[in-house]
Amino acid sequence: MIELRNVSKTYPNGTKGLSNINLTFEKGEFVVIVGLSGAGKSTLLRSINRLHEITEGEIRIDGKSITAAKGAELRRIRRDIGMVFQSFNLVKRSSVLRNVLAGRVGYHSGLRTLLGFPKADIHLALQALDRVNIAEKAYIRADQLSGGQQQRVAIARVLAQEAKIILADEPVASLDPLTTKQVMDDLKRINQELGITTIVNLHYIDLAREYATRIVGLRAGEVVFDGPVSEATDERFAEIYGRPIQEDELLGEKAL
Amino acid sequence: MNARTKQLPKPPGKLKHALTFVIVLFLLWGSAVQTEASIGRLISGIPNMWDLLKEMFPPNWAYFDNIVNPMLDTIRMAIAGTTFGAVFAIPLSILAARNMVRSPWVYQIARFILNLLRTIPDLLLAAIFVAIFGLGLIPGILALAVFSVGLIAKLTYESLETIDRGPLEAMTSVGASKLQWIAFGVVPQILPHFISYVLYTFEINVRAAAVLGLVGAGGIGLYYEKTLGFLEYDKTNSIILLTLAVVLAIDYFSTKLREKLL
Amino acid sequence: MNRNRWLHWLIAIALVLIYVWTFWDIRFSGIKETAGKITRSIIQGIFSPDWDYVYLPDGEDLLRGLLDTLAIAALGTFISAVLCIPFAFWAAASRNKSKALSGAGKFVLSFIRTFPEIVMALLFIKAVGPGSFAGALALGLHSIGMLGKLFSEEVENMDAGPTEALIATGASRLQVLWFAVIPQVLPGFLSYTLYRFEINVRSATILGIIGAGGIGTPLIFALTTRHWDRVGIILLGIIVTVTLIDLISGYFRRKLA
Repeated sequence: MIELRNVSKTYPNGTKGLSNINLTFEKGEFVVIVGLSGAGKSTLLRSINRLHEITEGEIRIDGKSITAAKGAELRRIRRDIGMVFQSFNLVKRSSVLRNVLAGRVGYHSGLRTLLGFPKADIHLALQALDRVNIAEKAYIRADQLSGGQQQRVAIARVLAQEAKIILADEPVASLDPLTTKQVMDDLKRINQELGITTIVNLHYIDLAREYATRIVGLRAGEVVFDGPVSEATDERFAEIYGRPIQEDELLGEKAL
Repeated sequence: MNARTKQLPKPPGKLKHALTFVIVLFLLWGSAVQTEASIGRLISGIPNMWDLLKEMFPPNWAYFDNIVNPMLDTIRMAIAGTTFGAVFAIPLSILAARNMVRSPWVYQIARFILNLLRTIPDLLLAAIFVAIFGLGLIPGILALAVFSVGLIAKLTYESLETIDRGPLEAMTSVGASKLQWIAFGVVPQILPHFISYVLYTFEINVRAAAVLGLVGAGGIGLYYEKTLGFLEYDKTNSIILLTLAVVLAIDYFSTKLREKLL
Repeated sequence: MNRNRWLHWLIAIALVLIYVWTFWDIRFSGIKETAGKITRSIIQGIFSPDWDYVYLPDGEDLLRGLLDTLAIAALGTFISAVLCIPFAFWAAASRNKSKALSGAGKFVLSFIRTFPEIVMALLFIKAVGPGSFAGALALGLHSIGMLGKLFSEEVENMDAGPTEALIATGASRLQVLWFAVIPQVLPGFLSYTLYRFEINVRSATILGIIGAGGIGTPLIFALTTRHWDRVGIILLGIIVTVTLIDLISGYFRRKLA
């Protein structure tokens, strides 16, 4: 369970990235965060695992405050949170398997991982790859895969991490419509089969409505909408964006 | 899905990596033996080095008067050498670029010559030129020029091969002669890069010129020989510091100029 | 438009002044009358070299000299590759580091690069005596300057994404280094090391001039005693060796890219 209490982020030059956010995410939810570019979606997501620091408020993960955590404790909490990035963030020259194994580093001490991963970890990683259906590419260099395949490797990395929460920051923005559907299907399936809380930043409105159970709308760093998909009509979206929906915010019929 | 988990892929062989590692280790060990390397000697020799370093400080400030002029000579040597090198590099780089000449013979030979020029280190070239021309700045300038041709031409021809074909095709289509084609199609594109390479080579040549005197090719290097021969290490230090100051200053201005160009 | 013209005139005048100053005072002591004759002798020496010198059973021959030179270059390059890594990370600028810190690192590397190898070799000769070991140490120390600069640029240009991803999984600093940084920069490191080795082979041939081992010593000796055919064979040997090393090294560098 994730709790954000009175969270704000003010930049040194005075701009407010996040403004008095109060949100709670329950275990097993599949939440999509929407909003214009610059509304604070990425800042919000990255605050949850403290890749970005907040200036006010507190964030609690399963009862423990991540904002107050330091050192080993911070790493411990991060271990339970998996992140999927828009640009995949794989180590291009390493093999797929090695990239997935990177998800296990939180479970061993630094020195231990230098020497090599235990067999159990390798098995886990291979199974994670299998779950996203690219186990056969385990020993191939990551940069030889297509975009959609690389993102699936990134998801496998999160699975190998045995994370309880998945944060996905615009995971499909760099992918074509067909691959987008595949990746979103994977995320949804993992959420339902394994019960992992999933929070996704999305740019496409129709995609959000298709996959989310709950939608949170951000505008200028504030929560302006928080409710089930059924309430997210085109009019409500226009409110979130502050203007009517545009063509490029709809993925299109061909994928859905 | 369960049937597929049975066919998990096999890891690739590690033999090639292990073999490379062993060979490299062997070569290193062989090198250590050949050079009679020994940590013991190094550690026991450190007090000697420390003594020498102590004698170098404080540097002999009065000596600076003696070496300013040779330092200026050194800079002159570097300027002259780089300039001659740049002049000769122009035709050579054009001949060595694949997109400038049609026949592979031409650019292969040009590149071969360039490689040859860069094979002999500048100090050796200077020593040979001293044997031919006697002591003084001339052999130094020649040695630097030869080195510069090689370096400038290499950097330039690699750059030439990546220039935009558009202006070149335009020149061909208006019926320009080869010289005009170069002047109006090639030169405007390559000029900033060329100047940048010349400046870069100049930076290197100033460092090189400071040492050429050791073999008699003029400049401040002569004074290394003198001061070390007389064990006047504080004077040696003065030479080092002056060289350092000059090189850093030239590097700074050269880098600023190069940034402005590109 | 006018300002540009003014600037161009300024540069042109400055250049003219520089060149006048350069060539004004060059002591043109006149080419020795023997210059032509000596050049001819050297060229003759290159085309009919002293083949006997290639291999002499009692040592002190061309092959041993070249082997010595290669060993100096290899050991020196290895030393510098290992030692320059901390400097590289020190000098690499990054978002989370103060500019002053990386600026200091860059300055130290610049200083090392400027310190003449020859002088370093002389210092090391004082420490460990004349010979190849001093040469290898001098090359090793001096190369840190250039290799450190290239390595640090490699680190600076590295993609920050994988680092972010690894931090997000809860990795410690060491683990981030091992899993995200090193796999990205290692091929570049190896490539630059090989490149530096090519340059060091050339530098190692010079060290003999001041007694730090390698083929430089026999070459100078042959020059001063006017054994032109020996000069010829040594030059040939150097050219062949350097070219071979460049070819082999170039092959491996392409495989790394």
